[in-house]
Parts: sequence; structure tokens; C-alpha cells
Amino acid sequence: MATGVAAWLPFARAAAIGWMPVANCPMPPAPREHSKKQDELIILNVSGRRFQTWRTTLDRYPDTLLGSTEKEFFYNEETKEYFFDRDPDAFRSVLNFYRTGKLHYPRYECISAFDEELAFFGIIPEIIGDCCYEEYKDRKRENAERLMDDQEENKDSKLPNMNFRETMWRAFENPHTSTMALVFYYVTGFFIAVSVITNVVETVPCGSTPNQKDVPCGERYTVAFFCMDTACVMIFTVEYLLRLFAAPSRYRFMRSVMSIIDVVAILPYYIGLVMTNNEDVSGAFVTLRVFRVFRIFKFSRHSQGLRILGYTLKSCASELGFLLFSLTMAIIIFATVMFYAEKGSSSSKFTSIPASFWYTIVTMTTLGYGDMVPKTIAGKIFGSICSLSGVLVIALPVPVIVSNFSRIYHQNQRADKRRAQKKARLARIRIAKKGSSNAYLQSKRNGLLNELLDLTGSEEEEQHMNKTSSLLESQHHHLLHCLEKTTAHEFVDEQLFEQNCIEGAQFSRSPSLSSQEGFTGTCCTHRSRKRIPLPNASLSTTHTHTHTQGLQELSAIHIQCGDQPSLSTSSRSSLNMKSSERSRINCRGQQITTAVISLPSPTNFPPDGDGHSPANPIPAPPTINTTTSSNIVKVSAL
Amino acid sequence: MGALMVIFSLQPKQKRKRRDSVEDELELSAVRHRPEGLEQLEAQTRFSRKELQILYRGFKNECPSGVVNEDTFKDIYSQFFPQGDASTYAHFLFNAFDTDHDGSVSFEDFVTGLSILLRGTVQEKLNWAFNLYDINKDGYITKEEMLDIMKAIYNMMGKCTYPILKEETPRQHVEIFFQKMDKNKDGVVTIDEFIDCCQNDENIMRSMQLFENVI
Repeated sequence: MATGVAAWLPFARAAAIGWMPVANCPMPPAPREHSKKQDELIILNVSGRRFQTWRTTLDRYPDTLLGSTEKEFFYNEETKEYFFDRDPDAFRSVLNFYRTGKLHYPRYECISAFDEELAFFGIIPEIIGDCCYEEYKDRKRENAERLMDDQEENKDSKLPNMNFRETMWRAFENPHTSTMALVFYYVTGFFIAVSVITNVVETVPCGSTPNQKDVPCGERYTVAFFCMDTACVMIFTVEYLLRLFAAPSRYRFMRSVMSIIDVVAILPYYIGLVMTNNEDVSGAFVTLRVFRVFRIFKFSRHSQGLRILGYTLKSCASELGFLLFSLTMAIIIFATVMFYAEKGSSSSKFTSIPASFWYTIVTMTTLGYGDMVPKTIAGKIFGSICSLSGVLVIALPVPVIVSNFSRIYHQNQRADKRRAQKKARLARIRIAKKGSSNAYLQSKRNGLLNELLDLTGSEEEEQHMNKTSSLLESQHHHLLHCLEKTTAHEFVDEQLFEQNCIEGAQFSRSPSLSSQEGFTGTCCTHRSRKRIPLPNASLSTTHTHTHTQGLQELSAIHIQCGDQPSLSTSSRSSLNMKSSERSRINCRGQQITTAVISLPSPTNFPPDGDGHSPANPIPAPPTINTTTSSNIVKVSAL
Repeated sequence: MGALMVIFSLQPKQKRKRRDSVEDELELSAVRHRPEGLEQLEAQTRFSRKELQILYRGFKNECPSGVVNEDTFKDIYSQFFPQGDASTYAHFLFNAFDTDHDGSVSFEDFVTGLSILLRGTVQEKLNWAFNLYDINKDGYITKEEMLDIMKAIYNMMGKCTYPILKEETPRQHVEIFFQKMDKNKDGVVTIDEFIDCCQNDENIMRSMQLFENVI
């Protein structure tokens, strides 16, 4: 039952009068309120602090402790109150939930204490209102992380059925999972460092040879450096290929930034191998070597900080771009001005506007190399204006960018949180809906059972099977039942619905049972068996196809019979009645038609009545369950 | 240059401010409705004092502002029918309760409607039902209006029904209804035809008494 709108149920039931003139079938009788007691004040004594509320307030949420009969366990006869030995402060939030329908999380409360209180009173935390939900989830996550840090060793337990590929991928992504992964992690890190250092040292002039010129080490020890380079590239290639193999989605892996960096790092070597020592292309070859420096970016796999920096730079790209744009504008303006100001002076370095760009940039960033200086007075004036404005222009955006960094970073995190919350909220709603519709279907089956047991007259089982569903639930179910009668269709759960769809597509087989009756009516009522998945339910596949004729007759009969839809159980003697009377009985006995039970083993009644529970589809003879929907079946054949 | 940047960054904030002020206005104008006194309501409806108290407590709990607008109404009503889509029928129901057609159901409307439904004579109840079906309130139920209502009712059943809902089921149901109700076969059902026909139908008469003990 939908929580929190219990107060509106009387209204919804009253509005159901709108369906009455339209309905073709008689309505089910309403559940009677067995104990019509007045609304009374309940006293809840929580560790000495007394709370008072109406009984109906607590009854709004029947699946919690206070709303159900579970609170009777805490009833104190002498003081006529309910005593709970819990925290009264937390109880305030719990009681407010009943009053307002919204659960709030008080900020001063410890998260685990609050969780315990909720668990005690049977309230699921997902009901927490949107105003407090974020705070609650944040605190919960913090707490969980804190606990997690303390026991990190148990965390990465290997799942038993991960295949080799998944294990490898996990090893690559998280080096702490196994020793092998750790070894691999350090080895690759070492080789990246070696490769970078090699590239650097290659260019250092080392030792003097008999020649005058100092040669860089790279040219002196060519073979050694070549071997080191080869070794590093081997390792990198192997690593890349292994990652490619282990990746769950190879296409996505190949598009990722890290993989591109990997490729760019090792490609120059292979291109160098392939290319000949042609003079023309050696220039290009040298350029390619520059790309070897990209190997240093491979460190970002090893460093979390680098990754975060890269991510924040990426997310601040628009701010950076704007900064660049405004700087460019300033540079162009000042360069133009300086060029024209210095045009007059002789031997001026400001040969063109682009040449003045260098001066402007150096001045604005307050570097001031001094390789280009203005000589005219106008040039000096504008130069000073340039340097002054440079200070402002460079200094101003830096705090803006820094604050943007943190804002965007937090915003991204919050957006992810909100997306996850939205998904969780939709899932909650879906589950709640499913829960209430399942509750109705379940109670229908139970209701059926009760009626059958009425028929067999076994008192004990009836009491046993009579689940104590609250009055609210029974009223809600009665409302849904009225809707079913109005539309002459029934609610079924999804699996049965799909089953029906599938079987509806098949050809109808003539069931052996139907031939026994020689009466279209009863064999079509077998369809109602499908409400409970019996193994031989497939027998009654699609009587619609073959028996529409008979059904139409029956439905005609049904419409005309506006008989008493009394809940009287028709007796078994109706077994012997003729067809027309039988159909009339079907109209009449909306709940029970044992008339249908002209089948193999009518004597198996009672044991099957006991044995049958909605949960397990016993191959009971298709007698018992043909009841309720018999007349519904007929009408819907129209 | 810095000024330019400041200008650019201010722009989105202004738009946000404008939107906020509109929302603030809406909040101020949100109706805080107080119903008439208990004595007047007691005189106007057939509920006892205690019943009115209980009704009002429940109503005010769900709608602290004192009125229900259509969206809230649809939400509340949809919670009773989780399997299907109750919003269309809730719309018709809302119009039936909102007798002064001001877009919101106040406690008086609510209690007046309930008084008719739960404590009214059969004639009044049938009147109310006719009013519900007559969407444009012109005194005649046409086939189109009935079809709309029927489709709305069948929508509440949802998809998973047994037997499977077909496209023409609402239409067929409307046909049956008109066959029964439309005595002079002029294609519309008037209030007199409706009341006459319902009073002659025992099923309907009995089901009208079904919800006597709701409050």
C-alpha cells in the first residue's frame, strides 16, 4: 500500500462510485471494519520522554514497527503506554516521519546511531526526504570509507569465477591486488624512468674525444643507447599489447587517452626502424624523436595526482581558453601600438607587428628579457602602460581560474552524486510500485484460498491461512478488485502476462480435459487456472480461437443475468446441473463456481486445498482454481 | 581585459536571479486556504462534527496549504493504482470535484463531494456520476466523452492484465453502455435516461450502496 496517502483512501473509494454505472459485472463486497473504534491518543514513552499521537497517524505506515501489531510487544499494561528503551532525540525524527510523511536526517546525529534507530523502528532509509538525502548519503559514504580504510586488506578478495582476462585487467588497473601486479607496476615505472633519463642524457655532451668538438653522449655510445631504447620499447610494447588483450572493451580502450599516449611513445622507435638512413627524411626522423618525451606522461598511470590535474585542466578548458583569448587581444593591441610608436626610430627591433608580439608577451608577463626595448618616448610610454596592464591582466584571472577549478571539481562530483541519487530514487519508486501491486496479487491468491477453504468447511486451515492484513490493505485491495470488475479484466503479474502473450500466439490445442465435459463453458474457464502457474496450464492455451462461439453465447447469457452476486458458495451438487444453469451459477457465484469441477478427481479437494499455496505450483487437478474469473472470462470474449 | 571576463561570468548569474525571482513570486502567491467554520460545513454536508474533524486532519496533513492542485491530485490518486497510469482518470475526477472550476480543490469542495458520494441519496450519487462522465458539462454524454472516460479507466489497469487488453475493448464497453442507457437511440445519454436506466439495474443499485461505511 502506498505509504503516506492512507488518508486519501476513503476518498479514492468514494470516487469509485464513478465506475459503478459503467461496470457490467457485479462488484465484490466491501471489507467490513471489524473493530470500529474511535480514533484515540496513544502515549509513547521513549526512555522517559512521553510522546503522544493519534493511533491513525501511526497506522499510516503499516509496515513499520509503530504501525503494525509489533508495537504491542512494547505495551505496558500498568501505565497503559508503549515503552521504548531508545534514544528520545532520534525518536523525534521517527515520529515526525509518521506525522508529515517525510523522514528528515538531523545533522547533529551520528550516522550509524540514526541508522540503528531506523532499523529498529522498521523504517527504510531510502524514504529520507530530498532535503536531507544528500547529507545523509554523504555522511554515510564518509563513514563507510573510514571503515573501509581500516580494513583494506580484506577488500580485494579475488572473486572465484573471474577468468584469466578479467584477472589481468584487474591487476593492471589496481596494482595492489596481487604481488605480480605490484611487480609489473614497479617494473614499468622503472623502465619509464630509465627511458626518460636516457633521452635526457643522450643529449649531454660527455667526455672529449680527440676531435675538437664535444659530442653528445648519444652519438658517442650509440650502441648502448640504442640497446637501452630497444629494451624500453620492448617492455612498453609488451605492456600495451597485454593491456589491449585484457581490456573488457577493446574499442573503448583504444580510444582512451592513456592508450594514445602509449602508442605515441613507442611509435617513433618503430618508424625509425622502418625508415632508411635517407638524408631527406632524417630531419623528420629527428623530429619524431621529440615524441619520445611523451613517455613521461605514462607516469600518470602511476600517479593519482597527475590524473586529477589532467582532469581538472580538461574541465577548465573553457576558462583557460577565455584567458588565452583575452591575452591574445591585449597582445595584439599593444603590439600594434608599439610597432607604430617605434616605427620612426632607426635600428628598431620592432620590425613588424608579429615581431612586437614577443616584446608584448615578455613585458606583460613581467619577464622583461631586455632583448627588445623601445627607444622613442612614445614607445616608452606605451611600454610602461603595457607592463602595468600586464600585471593586472595576468594577476586577475588566476584566482578566478583557481576558484573555477575547485568549483568545477566539486560540481562534477555533485553531478555524479545527483545522477546516482536519481537512479536510486527511480529504482525506489519502481520497487515500491511493484511491491504494492505484488501485495495485491498475493492477497488475491490468499483470498481465493480462503474462499475455497470456506467451501471445504475446514475451519482450522482457514484460521491458519488467514493472514492478518490490515484494514487499510483490505480496503485498498477491495478498491482494485472493483476496478477489475468494472473493466472485466484482471491484474496479473509480469511473468504470467508474458506467458499468456506467448501462449496466445500459439495455436490452440484441444485439451483432453475439455472433451470430457463436452461443454465449451467449463473448458474455457480452465483459462482461469493460468493465474497460478501450474505445469499443465499449457493445456488451456488459447480457447479463444476455438471456442469463441460458445463464449459469445455464454457472455450473452451472462449479461442478461443480473442475478444476486451473493457470496454464497454454490454447493457441489451443482456438478450435475445442466449447461445453462451452470452458466447462470457462474454469473451468480462470483467467487466460487465449483460447478466447473466436473473433472477427473473432484474428491481430491481438501488435500489440494491444503497443499496449494501460491508459491509452489503443484500439479493439482485443475479444479479448485477455476473460480473467480469464470464470469470475467466470458465477458471478455466479446 | 579582466573587466571583459568579469562581464562574461556575471551573465549567467543574472539569468539565474531572474528565474529565482519568478519562483519567489509564485511562492508568495501560493494559496493558503482556510476553510469555513466547522458549524457551516456541518450544516452544508451530511457529516457529523467528529467525521469532519477526522477528514480535515487527514486533508491538512497531506496538503498543508489547504488546497489540492491538479498535479498533486494526480500524484496521490496514482499511488493507489501502481500497475497502470491513473493520470487521465484523475484529471476527470479532479474536474468532477472542482465544482467551481478554479483549478484547485479546497476542503469545502472535497467534503461536499464526499458528502454526496458517501451520504447522498441514490439520485444524488447518480447525478454525480453523470457529472463525472459528462466532460464538457453540457448535460449530454456523447460516445466520445464516454470513450475518453472508458479509456482512462482501462489505462488504470496497466499492461499486465488477464485477459490481455485489446485496442477495441474500451470501445466495445462503450457500445454496451450505450445499448443499455440510450433508450431513444439518439446517440447521447441524457441525465433522465441515465438515472432511469440505473435505477432499473439491480447490480448498479446494489453497488451504489457499497461504500456506505467508508468514513
